[in-house]
Amino acid sequence: MKDIDKRNYKEGLRDGIPIALGYLTVSFTLGIAARNYGITAVQATVMSLTNSTSAGEFAAIAAIGAGTSYLELAIMQFVINLRYMLMSCSLSQSIDKSYPYYHRFIMGGGITDEIFGISVIRRNLNPFYMYGAMSTAIPAWAVGTCLGVIMGNVLPVNIVSALSVALYGMFIAIIIPPARDNKILAGVVIASMLVSVAFEYIPLLENITSGTKVIILTVLISALAAVLFPVEEDDEEDEYEE
Amino acid sequence: MKNNIYIYIMIMAVVTYLIRVLPLTLIKKDIENKFIKSFLYYVPYVTLSVMTFPAILHATGNVYAATAGFVVALILAWFRRSLIQVSAAACIVVFAVELLFNNI
Repeated sequence: MKDIDKRNYKEGLRDGIPIALGYLTVSFTLGIAARNYGITAVQATVMSLTNSTSAGEFAAIAAIGAGTSYLELAIMQFVINLRYMLMSCSLSQSIDKSYPYYHRFIMGGGITDEIFGISVIRRNLNPFYMYGAMSTAIPAWAVGTCLGVIMGNVLPVNIVSALSVALYGMFIAIIIPPARDNKILAGVVIASMLVSVAFEYIPLLENITSGTKVIILTVLISALAAVLFPVEEDDEEDEYEE
Repeated sequence: MKNNIYIYIMIMAVVTYLIRVLPLTLIKKDIENKFIKSFLYYVPYVTLSVMTFPAILHATGNVYAATAGFVVALILAWFRRSLIQVSAAACIVVFAVELLFNNI
């Protein structure tokens, strides 16, 4: 490994820590749900290692418990996880193109909401940064799931409650600094949050699942922003680079 | 459960992996189209904003604790603290405020 790759890997490991903390709590809850549907610790751990998608796994566990068909499960996962496709498109523009093509097959597997978030904002994204984050976050996701199945409801409520904001805190740490430097981005962030609130109160829309909501709002707002404020080459220099 | 659970898991894994990996492997070049380029530039910010708010307010057992955690995270992020600092501070504030509420 080159020095720069090592450095990026370490940074990824470090930035993966808050993700891992957040994942432990969420996946613990996932494990408890799996246990309630009669899924074993080994099965749940394999599921988490190979899928790493909270909404998708929660839905799958309930569906599997109810004996859904293979095709139904496939369609359900496609719909719930479709947002990853958007993220993948966005990430394709961040990658350092000097790295061999095969890296994309590994990096793609690491696209979760959180790992995507910390990776995409880096210009000339080094694959090893993402591998570092994956190395801390994904095992935490699997271990949490496993513990949830084995132990059930043992964590004190106030600890679970406190840790459940970890991932949101991280999202805030990702979006606010660039928004501070760029008024348009700040506007886009604020508008997104306001529309997201409004979405919860609009009749008919309030029943849409969160995954679908994320897709609809991301496409609409990003498209509108792209029309109103097309990004000039210079604007992108505002993104920080390490 | 009449079907095999490992087949279920394999199906989920394959579908989800393809969703994640196809755009990344098919879009090899820098996109030149200004609209698409700008669109993809805004995607992460919009996605993360929409996922964070107002969801964070309902994430904990107490909406005031969650709000306090949110505000503290915003302030620390504004002053460019690291991911782990912002995230940990939000957790600690939520913990403290909930403790306060439970002991009043």
